[in-house]
Order: sequence, then C-alpha cells, then structure tokens
Amino acid sequence: MLIGSSLIIFAFSILAGFIGSLLGLGGGIIIIPALTLFLNVPIHEAIGASIVSVIATSSGAAIAYVRDKITNIRIGMFLETATTLGAISGAFIAGLVEPKVLYIIFALLMMYSAAAMFQKRHSELPMDVVEHPIATRLKLSSEYYDKALDETVAYKVTGVYPGYAVMYGAGVISGLLGIGSGVFKVLGMDVFMKLPMKVSTATSNFMIGVTAAASAGVYFSRGDINPLVAGPVALGVLLGAQAGTKVMERLNNKTLRLIFIPILLYVALQMLWKGWWM
Amino acid sequence: MGKEPAGQTHLFDAELFISSSLRFGVYLSAVVMALGLVLLFARGVSGYPADVFPTSIPLLWSGIILFRPAAVITLGLVLLIATPVFRVAASVLLFLVEKDHLYTFITLFVLAILITSFLIGKAL
Repeated sequence: MLIGSSLIIFAFSILAGFIGSLLGLGGGIIIIPALTLFLNVPIHEAIGASIVSVIATSSGAAIAYVRDKITNIRIGMFLETATTLGAISGAFIAGLVEPKVLYIIFALLMMYSAAAMFQKRHSELPMDVVEHPIATRLKLSSEYYDKALDETVAYKVTGVYPGYAVMYGAGVISGLLGIGSGVFKVLGMDVFMKLPMKVSTATSNFMIGVTAAASAGVYFSRGDINPLVAGPVALGVLLGAQAGTKVMERLNNKTLRLIFIPILLYVALQMLWKGWWM
Repeated sequence: MGKEPAGQTHLFDAELFISSSLRFGVYLSAVVMALGLVLLFARGVSGYPADVFPTSIPLLWSGIILFRPAAVITLGLVLLIATPVFRVAASVLLFLVEKDHLYTFITLFVLAILITSFLIGKAL
C-alpha cells in the first residue's frame, strides 16, 4: 500500500514536472487535482505538496535553463523584488480589497492575455521592440542560442512598468490563492515585456521557486507538508523537469505558446469560478 | 559593442555559478529524500503515528537522530525548500564579487524579503 501509493504519486509528478518545466509553471494544476481526486489526500496537504512541486520544478529546470543562458537572470532577479513583495503584502491587500474583486480582475487580465497571445500565434520571435530606458539602465536586454532555430537570438526588453505591476500581482495572487503565479509571470513577460516565449517560460521557471520558498515556511510549520506525500512528489517532479528542459529547448516559440494558451484559459476560468463562489 | 565578448564570458561564469549552486541543492535534497523513501519501504513504517510528522526543526532533528524514515524525507524537503534561498544568497555574493552594485542591492533586497517572510511565517 505504502509503496503502491508512493509510486502512483511519483508517476504523475513526473508528468507535472515535465509540463511545468516546459511552460514555466509549478505543476500545481496537475498535482492538486490528482492528489485530492484520485488519492483522497486532504486539500491542505495537496497544496503543501504543490508548493514543494513548484520549488522542485523551478530548481530542477533552472539547472539547465540557466546554464544554457535561456533564463535571463537579470530580469529574474529584478522582477523577484516585485513577486516577493507581492507575496508578503498579499495578506494586507486582501484586507483592503475584496479578494473576490481581485480574482475577477486577474481572471479578466488572463483572458485578455490569452487573446493577445492567440493573435501573435504566427510570430516566432518578437519584432521591432523599442527598449525601455529602465531596461537599458538595468541591462535587461540579452540574447540566447535557440536550438530549434539554430541561431543566436538577440532581444530587447520593453513594458517594464506594466510587467513589474503584473509580477507584483502574481506575487499577491500566489500568496492568496496558491495558484497561477507561474502563469501570471509568463504572460507578464510575453505579453507586456515582449520577450521571446522561451525566455519568458525559462525566466518564470527561475522565479517561481523563490516566490514559493517565501511561503513554504508557513506551510511547513502549519503541518501541510506531509513527507509521505510531498517526498514522492518532489522526486517525481525533479525527474520530469530534467526531461522537460531537454524537450523545451528544441521546441519552437510558436509551439510553446500554443501549448500555453489553453492552460492560461483554464486557470482564468478556475480563478473566475473561485472568485464567484467565495 | 567592442566590449561585448568580454562582458559575455563574464556573464557566462555567473550563469554557470548559479546553475551549479542550484544543482548542488537539488542533488543533495534528492539523495536525502530517496534515502528516506528507501528506508520507509524497507521498514514499512514512517516512524511516527499515522498523520504525524515533524513540523519544526527541533522535532526534525530528534527524528533524524532516531533515523525515522519520515524525518529523513522531511530533511530532504527542507533542503529543497532552502535551495532557492541559497541560490539568491549565492547571487548576492556573485554580484558583489563582480562589483555590480545595482544588482547586489536588488538581490540583497530579495533576500531580505525572503528572510522577513520566514520570520513572519514563524510568528503566525
């Protein structure tokens, strides 16, 4: 029984790590329903395990993405100031604004982004981007070697203010709701800052671990991180993430975006649903 | 533009350094978690009553000394959770060595918020 359930958790965690590392998400979308629906794990332990899954995806995938320079570490570090601030101020924000209103605003922003992404579904790389002065000052613009295109892609960064605001929102929402923080980071970088899709997902991947670590301490002391559940999750996710990085680097930016759009819509609907019924 | 190649090799070192610090944390935590799981399967018990597991560092230590499987897995999880924090701390050091004051400040700021969040979390 013990070995059996551990193996099941391990198996779907590989899938969660694989998909999470491709798209810059934490894998909570898969981990939480799988644990609660199929294995009858209590919801608070499932959320604790998904926090662990986020950290495992992030660190596991970043080993490769950072080494291969797909992650833009400067953008990641700069935006982490916004996400971590958002994560710790989320509780205060919730006291000022009705969380219901927040969820609906964020869900609408996601739907808008899904439409914006769908419109540029045929563009492989961003074109004619005018660099924002702050991006110049912070040395955010960079380049990466694209294995699918077999060329070095140089890119410029724009939309620093809206991008930063979305990252703050991503921090708030992950602090409050525990879902969608990776999705938010990717759309902020793709839609507003106009980064190549791969750079957006890899940099999101890099950042989500830090945001999750900021809240993991609370979950741990509350007893939400059950080692018998979170242990197999972490190992499976780490393995899946390692495999995911190999595939992602060889995918086109267009393909990656097409896989991302339905997930974006799914999370938007989930958020709208929660906002409505809270 | 003429300075670019030199700047890039510099940045590549930075990336390799951060990647290595992450790999260290991930591999170490994975080995500890795997060890704990093997121990769990071999003994068939977690070392704790049902639905009980260590939720604080002192409780964790006392469990590890007794080699309780659930405590060993938890140690691996704690190491994994610490990895991003370790990565941020390593980045502070890196930017400090590179004399990049702006990014030293940015990463220090992130590290400060992270530490604050852990302290707030403890108070709750």
